[in-house]
Amino acid sequence: MDASNPATALAIDETAEAEGRVKIMARGVNVWYGDTHAIKDVSVDILDRTVTAFIGPSGCGKSTFLRCLNRMNDTIDVARVTGEIRLDGEDIYAPGVDPVQLRARVGMVFQKPNPFPKSIYDNVAYGPRIHGLARTRADLDRIVEDSLRRAALWDEVKDRLNEPGTGLSGGQQQRLCIARAIATSPEVLLMDEPASALDPIATAQIEELIDELRENFSVVIVTHSMQQAARVSQRTAFFHLGELVEFGETPQIFTNPRDPRTESYITGRIG
Amino acid sequence: MTEHHIQRAFDRDLEAMQALIMRMGGLVEDEIREATRALIERDLELAAKVRADDKTVDALEHQVNEAAARIIALRAPAASDLRTVLTSMKIATALERCGDYAKNLAKRTSVLVEMPPIEGADKALGRMAREVELMLKDALDAYLRRDAELANQVREHDAEVDQMYNALFRQFLTYMMEDPRNISACMHLHFIAKNLERMGDLITNIAEQTIYLVTGEMPEEPRPKEDWVKVARAVASGAAQPDAGEAKGEGGA
Repeated sequence: MDASNPATALAIDETAEAEGRVKIMARGVNVWYGDTHAIKDVSVDILDRTVTAFIGPSGCGKSTFLRCLNRMNDTIDVARVTGEIRLDGEDIYAPGVDPVQLRARVGMVFQKPNPFPKSIYDNVAYGPRIHGLARTRADLDRIVEDSLRRAALWDEVKDRLNEPGTGLSGGQQQRLCIARAIATSPEVLLMDEPASALDPIATAQIEELIDELRENFSVVIVTHSMQQAARVSQRTAFFHLGELVEFGETPQIFTNPRDPRTESYITGRIG
Repeated sequence: MTEHHIQRAFDRDLEAMQALIMRMGGLVEDEIREATRALIERDLELAAKVRADDKTVDALEHQVNEAAARIIALRAPAASDLRTVLTSMKIATALERCGDYAKNLAKRTSVLVEMPPIEGADKALGRMAREVELMLKDALDAYLRRDAELANQVREHDAEVDQMYNALFRQFLTYMMEDPRNISACMHLHFIAKNLERMGDLITNIAEQTIYLVTGEMPEEPRPKEDWVKVARAVASGAAQPDAGEAKGEGGA
């Protein structure tokens, strides 16, 4: 960790750490894809019950860093991650940690809705089944209904739970994927451009949903839409060329950013 | 800022809005200068021109607000762009109010021509108006150049205008007590002085908006203000040297 880096100093929230509000603590994280240094010494505190937005131009490393938080980069052979990432104080890269169990605690929603080619019910029931979260059919029914309700989809699909998930509209499919992600009762939800393939109405629904999810989860969202970051998040991190340039309260980042690179990016300027 | 927006039209929108502000500022400077000259030379034609010109300033304020609303709706400005839009609206409002005060000065001139002159009043008001004009010129320069240092000097400059107002307040009060026939003219002259003092406050607001625009923070520490209440008390209680009582604070005299 580079203590002389002002962005690092801003991204570490000592008060929150002392109060135990930090959900994920990352320290000195580096990622290489082969010889490419994709993430450079990033240290950050992700708070519990808070929406944190990662913004930055394409290739800045924001998605790469997001994928470190539930070890999705493990699936890429040439990717190498160093540094420390702790979930509730436990090192998620420690030898005994099972990535599959980890991903039940740190769920993920992707850019393109990717429901399984199964029924709506089975899409949501899949996670609880493989993790053995439901003892009886009634238990499972309850989890499915509860997840669909929290994903604001229940009323639209309750009469056709046995129809294929792929038959839903794009916005509904994405909410189905969110229902699937929250069905395992994760503590953190990672969202990589969750609304970029959706129309404005579906986008607004997803954003409203993110705001509601904040009551129970810590949400980290990667977005290309600065306005979306401004609308849904409480804290914003700006990445540029693999570095964490600035991290702060979202209103501060959007009214008075401290780093000129952040200013240029959010105001749409080039040198 | 030497950098430009990827969308050039955004730069043009912001520049156009700023140009409207500068035009307003120039017109208000003219209004103050001409209204003062009309007062000193008892020139009713020039006073009428000031009153007519003020309509242009009002229209420009409207245009600034429309330009700002358009930019907010269409471009969702952030950071310094957002501050540019917010401060433009506030500065336009302050300029419009300054214009109104200048117009009021011109109005009172047409009443004052029918009254006997009050010794020294025109000269003193002329000096005060020049200070206000200078403040406005500096405030507009500071805004155009994004110069927070100059804007801060404008803030400090306002103390001098306040002092001039307090001196005039004391002088007019004395004249009115000496001879009730002076009351009518002194009342009008006092309103003019008060309006010039208010212009100083509004120009200070413009300077503070510029500081916010440049730094992202509103200046916090309050400016030192001389309290006219003390002056009024000192004069009303018949102190020969109101300054002495004033310096001691409220209980004095």
